[in-house]
Amino acid sequence: MKFIALLALAGLLLADTAGAAGSALADPLASLRWGDMRKIFFGKARVVFDERVRVVAPLTAENPLNVPIGVDATALGDVRQVLVFADSNPINEVLRFYPERVQAKLGFRVKLQQSTPVRAAARTGDGVWHVGGAWVNTAGGGCTAPSLGSSSPEWQRRLNEVSARVWSREASGDDEKSPGQLRLRLRIIHPMDTGLVAGIPAFFIQELKLADEQGRALLRIDASEPVSENPVFTVDLPPGLIAGRVQVSGRDNNGNAIETWIEP
Amino acid sequence: MNAHFLSRAVSRCLLLLMAAATLVGAAGAADFDYALQPRRIADDTWVLLGRNEDFSIANGANIVNTAFVVTGAGVVVIDSGPSRRYGEQLRRAIAGVTDEPVVQVLITHHHPDHFLGNQAFAPQTLYALPATISGIARDGNAFAENLYRLSGEWMLGTEVVAPPQAIAPGPLAIGTHRFEVLALDGHTGADLALFDRGTGVLFAGDLVFNGRAPTTPHARIDHWLAALDRLDALAPRIVVPGHGEVSVAVAASAPRAIGQTRSYLRWLDAALNRAAEQGLDMSEALSLPLPAEISAFAVAEAEYRRSVSHLYPAAEQGALANSHRH
Repeated sequence: MKFIALLALAGLLLADTAGAAGSALADPLASLRWGDMRKIFFGKARVVFDERVRVVAPLTAENPLNVPIGVDATALGDVRQVLVFADSNPINEVLRFYPERVQAKLGFRVKLQQSTPVRAAARTGDGVWHVGGAWVNTAGGGCTAPSLGSSSPEWQRRLNEVSARVWSREASGDDEKSPGQLRLRLRIIHPMDTGLVAGIPAFFIQELKLADEQGRALLRIDASEPVSENPVFTVDLPPGLIAGRVQVSGRDNNGNAIETWIEP
Repeated sequence: MNAHFLSRAVSRCLLLLMAAATLVGAAGAADFDYALQPRRIADDTWVLLGRNEDFSIANGANIVNTAFVVTGAGVVVIDSGPSRRYGEQLRRAIAGVTDEPVVQVLITHHHPDHFLGNQAFAPQTLYALPATISGIARDGNAFAENLYRLSGEWMLGTEVVAPPQAIAPGPLAIGTHRFEVLALDGHTGADLALFDRGTGVLFAGDLVFNGRAPTTPHARIDHWLAALDRLDALAPRIVVPGHGEVSVAVAASAPRAIGQTRSYLRWLDAALNRAAEQGLDMSEALSLPLPAEISAFAVAEAEYRRSVSHLYPAAEQGALANSHRH
């Protein structure tokens, strides 16, 4: 705790100095790594901190291998891409998603190596990145622990197996604000090895696409190594968007394909 | 957002934090005294109650109950506490009550607050169920590291000692006491409970919590509920829970702690399965409000969130398997 406060203070001092030079924004999460993150992910693009981009995460993560994250940029409107990254992770980028027809909102889980800000940056149609985030404290080690799947033939046989379910939010009566909205949750069997464990090469899902029965893109996710083993995604769809089945397709970095249909 | 303002606010917080750490450090560093006070709860039977809190530097990880029985043929100790210092102080507390030597230390399960005092006792007196012994050998060091992180210098000198002797379920007669050793599971993969048939005292380990939300990092709730049924069937007069106040039968009604633990576990299981069946994301399940009867338990909010992390993945697998599978 003290260490984090010190880091936070140091971050603020740095941000202050940079602010005086007229170049940087003050990071509301006061992370030492923000300057680097900005350079790596955004280059010269315009970046603003924006509370409309919400990142819901536990303040203290019980299991650094499986930290639940909810990202919601729906308040912005016109979101083209959402980038999620963790400042202090050995691999910063967690995933990017392109909410083609679904809401700019995604639930998933991430592996964290140490306490870190987890941020979502939403790019709107005008090219501006809107950044929100939350600190997650954790004992860490999530990126350098071997996956269960890497040592189990049973899991290897089920590689890329998808289980999924669609909910009508109206039917379950727990979302009065958006009647008729659909929710889709899917889980894919995959070790999501980071490559940071000796002797276990990086092996992870890179691309995942949802499309409707006519082949129109609903959502694309470009995942990276920090997404947790056997990824679970939660996707919200506007009312009336899909009538029939949803096609799931994708591949991992070894070229293994994910192909399935989800029945409504 | 004004950086100067934030920076001032953060440095003020930092100063407060440092001041608080210094205070706690000073109080603890003076003697690292747990101030253990054995309380007599039945003939020959004494309990040392821990606090109904989370591990912290302030409490030195003393959040656990330990106990001992003076049998006439030596002392039987139930659990050795969270640190070497605790174990040593427990021995002194026992010596303040009786001259009899410690003949058996029974470790109820492999969680660190229950066995990290083992160094204070002779190895040939340390006993546990076989799966507890292997669990300590496997996870002990990681657990100890975590307690060092959470409780600081209280832990100095603490090392993991796995009990060398395995104990089997069944009757155990020592001195004037006729015990029954029960090999159960559900809180962890191996949970020992000890029932004293003469006094009617049940040492339940962490199968029973009283007034505090149960912890679930290695829990299987269905097994845990079955274990509680076994404990109920013993008809104990007094229950010593792993955490929380001793629970005593009043007139014809059984000690309440077992039923209370059962109610909490049933609620937790139902709440997580319902959330998964409704399609909630794990981050949404984390922020569900707790009903009043649940938030009345000590550390309920924190334990509920930890339990979501432990148990929600299995609940949502169940919900997803109930639908499409390819």
